[in-house]
Amino acid sequence: MKLKEVSKEELYRCSYGCAGCASVLALRLTLKVLGENSVFVVPAGCISTVSAYYPQAPFFVPMTVMAFAATAAALSGISAGFKRRGREDIHVVGFAGDGGTADIGIQALSGAIDCGYKFIYICYDNEAYMNTGIQRSGLTPYGATTTTTPGRCFENRPKKDMLRIVADHGIPYAATACISYPLDFMRKVEKASKINGPTYIQVLVPCPTGWGFAPDRAIELGRMAVESGMWNLLEFENGEFHTTYTPRHKRPVAEYFEAQTRFRQLSPEQVEAIQREIDSRGAPGSS
Amino acid sequence: MSIKKYITANEAVAHAARLARVEVVAAYPVTPQTTIVEKISGFIASGEMDAEFIKVESEHSALTACMGARMAGVRSFTSTSSQGLEYMHEMLAYASGGRYPLVLVDVTRSVALPWSIWGDHQDAIQQRDTGWIQIFTETGQEAMDMVLQAYRIAEDRRILLPVMVCLDGFIQSHTEELVDIPDQGTVDSYLPPYEPVVTLDVDNPYSISIGGFGRYYAAWRKEQQEAMDRARQVIVEAGDDFARIFGRHYGGLIEQYRCEGAEAIILTMGAFTGTAREVVDEMRADGKAVGLIKVRAYRPFPVRELRQALSRAKAAAVLDRDCSWGCEGALATDLKAALYSLPSPPTVLNFVGGLGGSDVPPEQMKYMLDKALSVERGAPSTMEFIGL
Repeated sequence: MKLKEVSKEELYRCSYGCAGCASVLALRLTLKVLGENSVFVVPAGCISTVSAYYPQAPFFVPMTVMAFAATAAALSGISAGFKRRGREDIHVVGFAGDGGTADIGIQALSGAIDCGYKFIYICYDNEAYMNTGIQRSGLTPYGATTTTTPGRCFENRPKKDMLRIVADHGIPYAATACISYPLDFMRKVEKASKINGPTYIQVLVPCPTGWGFAPDRAIELGRMAVESGMWNLLEFENGEFHTTYTPRHKRPVAEYFEAQTRFRQLSPEQVEAIQREIDSRGAPGSS
Repeated sequence: MSIKKYITANEAVAHAARLARVEVVAAYPVTPQTTIVEKISGFIASGEMDAEFIKVESEHSALTACMGARMAGVRSFTSTSSQGLEYMHEMLAYASGGRYPLVLVDVTRSVALPWSIWGDHQDAIQQRDTGWIQIFTETGQEAMDMVLQAYRIAEDRRILLPVMVCLDGFIQSHTEELVDIPDQGTVDSYLPPYEPVVTLDVDNPYSISIGGFGRYYAAWRKEQQEAMDRARQVIVEAGDDFARIFGRHYGGLIEQYRCEGAEAIILTMGAFTGTAREVVDEMRADGKAVGLIKVRAYRPFPVRELRQALSRAKAAAVLDRDCSWGCEGALATDLKAALYSLPSPPTVLNFVGGLGGSDVPPEQMKYMLDKALSVERGAPSTMEFIGL
């Protein structure tokens, strides 16, 4: 996929998203790849909250709101139904937040990957329960404050490695992405759409409201996340992990932390410890 | 040609799912339901049934997947029991609020704690307010016939509500009886192919099952209640049509048995009705004016029918295999509310029994009816546990 090939059509518009919302951007880009021949399941979370109150209808493809824990199970049911009707050409897409994926939705996701029906599960990862007012999730990174991990009680556990978790299910295709690298993300969505089985893409979406930065800086924050090594752009296919983008210049993690408010309680020693941990990481997928 | 076979109620409802031309089944194992989906798996493996079986990781996902299949425009089936039904609770309300015409078989069982795999109605009763049509059956034949009727009722454009067909764990689920299994052609003449109102249609995109603030929410809920009210008529119609084609009729919302001139009437739901029928026969033979009402539809509640059936009785003995803790048996409470507007309502005596698979033998039912015969009309209601 090249930039000039990207559709100009917007199949999602006029949402109630916050200014600078990168989750909305991720959804728009997803729809540019998949087009009108797709249906969306959106559980409780930011996107359903800003998209799905009657009479509002920003989705220009069929969508349904789903219970928080149930996204992936709905995908199995819809996909099985389309299979019965000979409509396996339709993209069945789940679009769930990090809490809806890695916490309350992880059981259904695990079960659905295991069932093996064709779907694209996209986790828009803004690293906390932003819709309910910024509470920590299983994907909140170590060191971040949220309203349930405030001040010196900052998140003290590492971010759950969902890519490895879904990979260990033997999923045919999975990837991580970041909204600041739109072509990389869209290529991954395109790749997933061609797989006849369950697929998973986790896209990092910096959240101005929850992370504490100005609404015009989400793309910049995403780049810093990748360049600092706090987030990696990876793929899992044919049983192997590989990196799809390696930053030419590594950036100190301290710069990324300073660009937002949620890490500001960390001492220089704590930041250094995180930097050492990043530096010591091996190739993707190695334990 | 129909065939007659000695089978359990669980096997009978598996046949019903097959004959209803269900295309997606999603289920999770739980005693005493499991043999239903084992049988369905067997039908699919042998080619007798052409359907997708989604082997989900939980009941929460089972019901969700059934909803998903309906969103894609195909008929689905699931069954569960007890903890499984409890685990589905969130999705039960989701399905009815979304007006999904699902059919679920609940093989009724106690709810932990204390742990018990044995039967009572607590699981189903605890789902009373989730917005499902709930129908209790007495035999394997009735369970099978009601599953076929349930699809007619649920998918009726006037209704579009999910239906839960309840059968008693072990007493029905694991007991063989002679069941008349209809042939496909006759079932097809009763149950037309599913024609969904709205699906996830890429050619005609809708946002479905979305949210609504304030008045929109309230208006939607009011429509749900109105559909429940209409369901009383539709359940009767579905039963009458069924009788015309298959020759079996179960009485609509309630079945009255020897209620003419009865001073005391026992009310039951589910398989214990069979015992009550015999007790009423025995007591009638002794010259006692007793009758039986089998409550088939628990939601929507047959208010008018019960008021009519009990208007002349002086007392009702209500057997509840459940309890609304801190109140009394759920059927007793509902019955009292239904009778409230009668000028001189019968006294309601509530007996909670048959919990956790314990039996309610004929002598206990006789005790209940004798007690009802002995009270004065207008005497205060009572509630007691029986068999302890």
